[in-house]
Amino acid sequence: MKPNRTLNIILTTYVILIFVFIFSPIIFSMIFSFNSQRFPTIPLGHFSTEWYQKILADPDVWDAARNSLIVSSCTAVIATLLGFCTAYSDYRYNFRFKGPYLALILLPPTIPLIIMALAMLAWFSKIGMSGQIYSIVIAHSVLTAPFAMAVIRLRLSQMDPDLEAAAWNLGGSEWATMRHVIIPFCKPAIFSGLFLTAAVSFDEFAVSWFVSGLNKTLPVLILEIVQGNIDPQVNAIGTFVFLISMTLVVLAQIFFASRQMKSF
Amino acid sequence: MPINNGQSIKLYALTWRLPIIIWQFFFFVGPVLFMVSMSFFLVKNYRMTEAFEFINWYKMLSRGYFWDSYKYTIFISMVSTVCAMSLAFPAAFTLAFTASETTRRWAIFLLIIPFFTSYLVRTFSWFVILSESGVVNAVLGYIGLGPYTMLNTHFGTLVGYMTLTLPLVVILQTVTMSNIDKTLIEAARNLGCKPFATIWQVIIPLSKTGLIIAAIFCFILSFGDFVAPFYLGGSQETTLPILILDTTKSGQQWPRAAVVAIMMMATLFAIAFTGIALAYRKRKGA
Repeated sequence: MKPNRTLNIILTTYVILIFVFIFSPIIFSMIFSFNSQRFPTIPLGHFSTEWYQKILADPDVWDAARNSLIVSSCTAVIATLLGFCTAYSDYRYNFRFKGPYLALILLPPTIPLIIMALAMLAWFSKIGMSGQIYSIVIAHSVLTAPFAMAVIRLRLSQMDPDLEAAAWNLGGSEWATMRHVIIPFCKPAIFSGLFLTAAVSFDEFAVSWFVSGLNKTLPVLILEIVQGNIDPQVNAIGTFVFLISMTLVVLAQIFFASRQMKSF
Repeated sequence: MPINNGQSIKLYALTWRLPIIIWQFFFFVGPVLFMVSMSFFLVKNYRMTEAFEFINWYKMLSRGYFWDSYKYTIFISMVSTVCAMSLAFPAAFTLAFTASETTRRWAIFLLIIPFFTSYLVRTFSWFVILSESGVVNAVLGYIGLGPYTMLNTHFGTLVGYMTLTLPLVVILQTVTMSNIDKTLIEAARNLGCKPFATIWQVIIPLSKTGLIIAAIFCFILSFGDFVAPFYLGGSQETTLPILILDTTKSGQQWPRAAVVAIMMMATLFAIAFTGIALAYRKRKGA
């Protein structure tokens, strides 16, 4: 199609406006985190690192940051491991009940988080595992494994189907083939899965809030601070959370895209 | 090397297949089934006792406030879906048809970032931006307008929903439309089809499946979100997620919250199945 020039300009402006809408909260939050005013608006006050000093001096923030770090890194490892196993099973085998098998892993993200939060809270209290850091890790692994599975499955579908068979013909056992052929081939996707699941876990607040008990993560801390009042400290914590999770998603995408370059 | 067809191959296959089955049964199927059975439990003196009574179902479903909130949640999620789908369409259309391959890749790369990150902080940021003396009203003030009350309104809630859903909807629409065979569009143009008619009669029917899936995701996300109606909508109208939150956190009435959750899941399944059936239905007389 060849729309005329004016139309083209209008459409391009529209796309830019949509991006402005999507990214302005992130940008404003970053600007306001360095702004001296108690109530952030324009015109801006002067440059200040007051809010950062405040959060750095707050032991709650340090505790939450430590919890978040533990939760997201443990979640990433478990979710990616589960995702890899499922992706490989789906790639390699056809078996009975494969549909329900895949549904079992792919369904959790389609269920609203508040419902998963309630279900997890009730179940963990029932089996005596509630209020621990590992409860958040377990819940997050269920929620994020599908993302790792999807990323790794896409990578596997780019593998030459004869490659595995060729390795067996050359005398490699299935285990050796897995170690020397399949895992190296999936490496970029595995890293991508690790970063992506870490990012989602680092940002998740609903389930964490319900099951965490006293072990708050950063998003839960933010949720509790913002209840009812505007506190510029949130912008500082928020900027920190943005930077970490955005870096993780960018890394995930870079590793995911690198599949095209590093083909076998 | 001895070829061992029996045991070791089975072991190998099971090693990859079993972990997720065990894990998900314990930590996904278990919680969901327990929540369903919990809806029949009793609460006495703030303690939950296992039972099989329909009292929670009766108490929730006979209350007017439950159905008010049910209707409102469906209504506002539908409005959110219509808004997101129509706001995203021109952008996705541009990215799919007039932008270059590189621009499209970059756009999707950028949109994936907010989809996966920091919804909570972005909502809080809107809270500051939209408030009575916030950035939007300050800018409008320069040109002599306002101040407008945007928080604690439907508008505020919708801004929150758009923050949540728009990145995903733009991505899905762009991907769907850029997969359309461009020669079909050229054919329509050559046969004298006007631009808007091309959109309605060629592009939308060809991308129907993807568009419906985008709409379903948008609906599910809005339907289940408590942050936007709570912080930006000021919980003036209670949505079902807020009802779950209140019932669980302050009321300690987990069984009743479970009733609400099950009603939500049933509704979402019904809508998702209807949508998917529509999406994959063969076009009549094609």
